[in-house]
Amino acid sequence: MTSTGSGAAFKKLEITDVVKNYGSKCVLDDIDLHVSHGEFCTLVGPSGCGKSTLLRLILGQEQANQGSILVEGQPAGFPDPYRGIVFQRYSLFPHLSVLDNVLLGKHLTHQRWWMPWRRQSGWKEEAMSLLERVRLTEAAEKYPHELSGGMQQRAAIAQALIMKHPVLLMDEPFGALDPDTREDLQIFLLDIWEKEQLTIFFVTHDLEEACFLGSRLLVLSQYYTDDRGNDPDVNRGGKIVADHPLKNIAGSTVIKDQMEFRDLIESVRREGFNPEIRQHVDTFNLNHPDSFRTLNEY
Amino acid sequence: MNKPPLVIGLHASPPAWLKRLLILLPFVLVIVVYLWASDARLAENPADKILPSLSQMGDAIQRMAFAPDRRTGDYLLWQDTLASLTRIVIGVGSALLVAILLGLNIGLFVGFRSVLLAFITMIAMVPPLAILPILFIAFGVDEFGKVALIFIGTFPIMTRDIYLSVIKVPSEQLVKSLTMGASSMALTYRIILPQVLPRAIDSLRLCLGAAWLFLIASEAIAATEGLGYRIFLMRRYLAMDVIIPYVAWITFLGFTLDFLLSLLNRKMFSWYAESKK
Repeated sequence: MTSTGSGAAFKKLEITDVVKNYGSKCVLDDIDLHVSHGEFCTLVGPSGCGKSTLLRLILGQEQANQGSILVEGQPAGFPDPYRGIVFQRYSLFPHLSVLDNVLLGKHLTHQRWWMPWRRQSGWKEEAMSLLERVRLTEAAEKYPHELSGGMQQRAAIAQALIMKHPVLLMDEPFGALDPDTREDLQIFLLDIWEKEQLTIFFVTHDLEEACFLGSRLLVLSQYYTDDRGNDPDVNRGGKIVADHPLKNIAGSTVIKDQMEFRDLIESVRREGFNPEIRQHVDTFNLNHPDSFRTLNEY
Repeated sequence: MNKPPLVIGLHASPPAWLKRLLILLPFVLVIVVYLWASDARLAENPADKILPSLSQMGDAIQRMAFAPDRRTGDYLLWQDTLASLTRIVIGVGSALLVAILLGLNIGLFVGFRSVLLAFITMIAMVPPLAILPILFIAFGVDEFGKVALIFIGTFPIMTRDIYLSVIKVPSEQLVKSLTMGASSMALTYRIILPQVLPRAIDSLRLCLGAAWLFLIASEAIAATEGLGYRIFLMRRYLAMDVIIPYVAWITFLGFTLDFLLSLLNRKMFSWYAESKK
């Protein structure tokens, strides 16, 4: 049931016994989660379940009250190049052209901050080839405000790719896009994920998106029950209530219309999104081989 | 179908030529009223000095700008302009520099903010003209006192303005640049500074009016040259024929500075105006 990762190679992400409180309110209640290399993890859950909080903890933007978060064996600490992030908005810097936005990673890691004129010859070629990957060659000299929402998010992905982050975090990156652009970008992201062998941790509130994209689906929810009983006073925070391995067929949206896919969505909706249906902690549907839980007494 | 009214009302849509005419209207009105009043007074008493005619002012401009002063041999208007502009540029320039450094650091670093924000807010409340005597006593009536007044009068306001635009930068941008390998210095001066610079220049434009006020006030009290000095000197002789062109000249200088700064913003930071839309 437990795994500490000692001796063996480190997983990309190791989250053990993490608790996060805001004041006296418990938001994340003993989260255990390991993510292997090359996994496309989607995290989904009802509003208020703490999925953004979990993302901020992994990112290092906030610190957990208890437990440990390791990224490639390193304590998460503060935000650094160990994890990349693509936000829903504001991922691009408004004062830089698209090309400079992508180059920024090179500049920030290789130049001293008071010598911004030092360039290396290979950088621009690398950035341009990434822009080609995300189909933005034409827009290289444009500023972010001149791009459409979908183009901005593609540029943000290129901006993260140049860093070769061990883990790429995405916080509802397609949440502000219209449905067509959204589906277009989903397929595009799956393609990039497969080719670049990325490890992605993708937070969304859209169940269909989570089921479609992920190679592993995590459901975080506050709607569950345990031995503390059903008294509304019990200070229960979000827990991972389901952990499914998914078969992922990149590049095809046909899967979205299949019965199997629909059934999965319905069962996840029951597991995590319905306040009326509460599973007991011992009956959580943790099917994924990486799934584990340290034992705590309730 | 409704025809929109020409000038009056919410839905008015005047054609371009009419808009230009309307812009000119108040200017023309002021000049006409002045000339009429001046004419009336001069008809009654040709020696009247209060409302000089255009030709009298023209003579004065000729005397001040294009003929050497009888006593010193200097061209007074240009000498005054140079002296005043030097003071205002040094005063406001150093204020902007300090304001950018303080605003950035207060906005980004909590430690800085704890130490300085309340203090700067307090300093901004001190009426600068009230401490003019202190400046003159401490630094003498030379250039330094005048520049210091402009500096003290403008830097707290610009600091607060820049601080406010720093904290308006979305936290996503800070986190994002940290994940891209930015050190705190690179974050401050390569990510945030370029983003608030156009805003800082806008803030400078707003502060220029106040800067002129402090300049004229300090020149009025103790100086040997400068636009403000000349105006207050001429007041003793009721020389309105000099004072009015001087005021118009100061207004023109202020307008030009403001225009040049807005031009600079548009040319250098094309993304700024556009991404605000």
